[in-house]
Amino acid sequence: MPALHIITLVKWVPDAQLERGFTAQRRIDRTEGILGELDEHPLEAALQISESLSDRQVRVSALTIGPAGASAALKKALQIGADDGYHLTDDALAGADVSATSAAAAAAIQHVRSLAGLDAEYLVLTGMASEDGETGAVPAQLAQRLGVPALTQATALGIDGARLSVTRTAGTRQQKLACALPAVVSVTDQANEPRYPNFRAIMKARKKPVTTFSLAETGLDAAAVQPKVQLLSAAPRPAREPGEIIHDDGTAGRQLVDFLQKERLL
Amino acid sequence: MTQVLVFFEELGAELSISQQELLTLAGQLGEISVVTTSAEPSPALAVQGIGSVYAPQADVPPGDPALADLLAEAAAQAAPDLVLGADTADATDALARLAVRLEAGLITSAESIEGTTVTKSVLAGAYTTSAQPVGGPLIATLRPNSVPAAVQPGSLPQITTLPVSPSGAVELLEETELPSTGRPALSEARVVVAGGRGVEGDFSLVEQLADELGGAVGASRAATDAGWIDHSAQVGQTGVIVSPQLYISVGISGAVQQKAGMQTSGTIVAINKDEDAPVFEIADFGIVGDLTEVIPQAIEELRARRQS
Repeated sequence: MPALHIITLVKWVPDAQLERGFTAQRRIDRTEGILGELDEHPLEAALQISESLSDRQVRVSALTIGPAGASAALKKALQIGADDGYHLTDDALAGADVSATSAAAAAAIQHVRSLAGLDAEYLVLTGMASEDGETGAVPAQLAQRLGVPALTQATALGIDGARLSVTRTAGTRQQKLACALPAVVSVTDQANEPRYPNFRAIMKARKKPVTTFSLAETGLDAAAVQPKVQLLSAAPRPAREPGEIIHDDGTAGRQLVDFLQKERLL
Repeated sequence: MTQVLVFFEELGAELSISQQELLTLAGQLGEISVVTTSAEPSPALAVQGIGSVYAPQADVPPGDPALADLLAEAAAQAAPDLVLGADTADATDALARLAVRLEAGLITSAESIEGTTVTKSVLAGAYTTSAQPVGGPLIATLRPNSVPAAVQPGSLPQITTLPVSPSGAVELLEETELPSTGRPALSEARVVVAGGRGVEGDFSLVEQLADELGGAVGASRAATDAGWIDHSAQVGQTGVIVSPQLYISVGISGAVQQKAGMQTSGTIVAINKDEDAPVFEIADFGIVGDLTEVIPQAIEELRARRQS
């Protein structure tokens, strides 16, 4: 069997547990961030596939696109278990929409493959959505640009010989799909329980290589990553005002129905 | 006249609420045509206002690169100003491919569309943005419950089979219908009753109240992680984002992740025994009390009023 190169996309995102907002340029404020929690699941999936293919050479690479701070996401990915890290950083990518992100990612993946110099099949794994953009549309756009299938929202995945199989839920149906590599797969938080890096893994990660490159090195120019969507305005949603709070005096159930009736919700 | 191409990634015996909402919005915006992944579209498309229906030569499975060909062929015929789909993974994926093919802008989870300007919630409902495409048609998915569905039965429109077949790259090995709860789908329900840690493993009262109100059952991540209810019921940033007219939160403290999934609901009611629960900060009506007393009384009262 040829070697397998699993390239996992990871994103440095503002911490969803903290207050998030926009800059004056109507871009998401990225002064601080963390490795997206949802991006730990594709990493774990990559490591599990690697462990399941003991007779095959498997390389797990983590790729991030973002400002200098995004190297923190790569560092975490290497601690979790990726073999090497790649960081595409370029000012032309500030304010990237789905189109710009997928164009940059497609070029970056080809660049990473050539840098890795493996004669390998490849598989791209992503999270189910980024915690900031939340579109979930990048995997399919990336697959379109690479000319490969996109099996998204995987709740389970595995490689058997030359075939990749994915279990997913689509509306009210559960599906099992299969395709040959290469492919793009987005992995949900139901697929696995990501491992915590132990002390040894953290020490080991320090020696793992990280390669930083610019858009020009991938062969793209700024015109190829022009957003196709223009943001006109971004305003904080007015805070919800707390309403009436009652303590149950034995009639709260009836008062609830009164409230629903008054609000015409019955 | 504005031309609107609506994409249906599945077509059952009846249109889903989301599909009816899509057709309603499309009808308000202009003339409607429909493209489906199904080679033999069902009679569910017998709806007033649909001018034409485009279909592939054989069913195209999810994930297939041929989805781009299908949508691009349909777009070449219909010359749409707007392409709309539901806010589902399969529709998002197909429209995302089309956007690459047409070099057009894609906006997901739209709440309203005027001309080519789209308004939506971002950062888990904390911000509202408006945006428009830079050239090309607008390609967008529509969040459920954004438009009141109003479609009228009509005659089955003309079906045009496009010269598009599945690529063969993706094989659908198995497909099984998930067990039906008999309740509306969580993402599109007008009423959602959701339970959390406070139900202590027993969802029966939450379910009874949901059924009394014709609503769907949701849950916090704590409840799904504990295995009290299936993961598909999880409301929140990593679960289902809901925006019903009425959201009743039962025994959920209201952590950020959970709030993210429901804070754009019309009216929020919270029942929690802890008066300091953060959910009370966003509730329109809050009850500090024991859910095992409040809910049975509410159900009894609802039944009594219905009879009188």
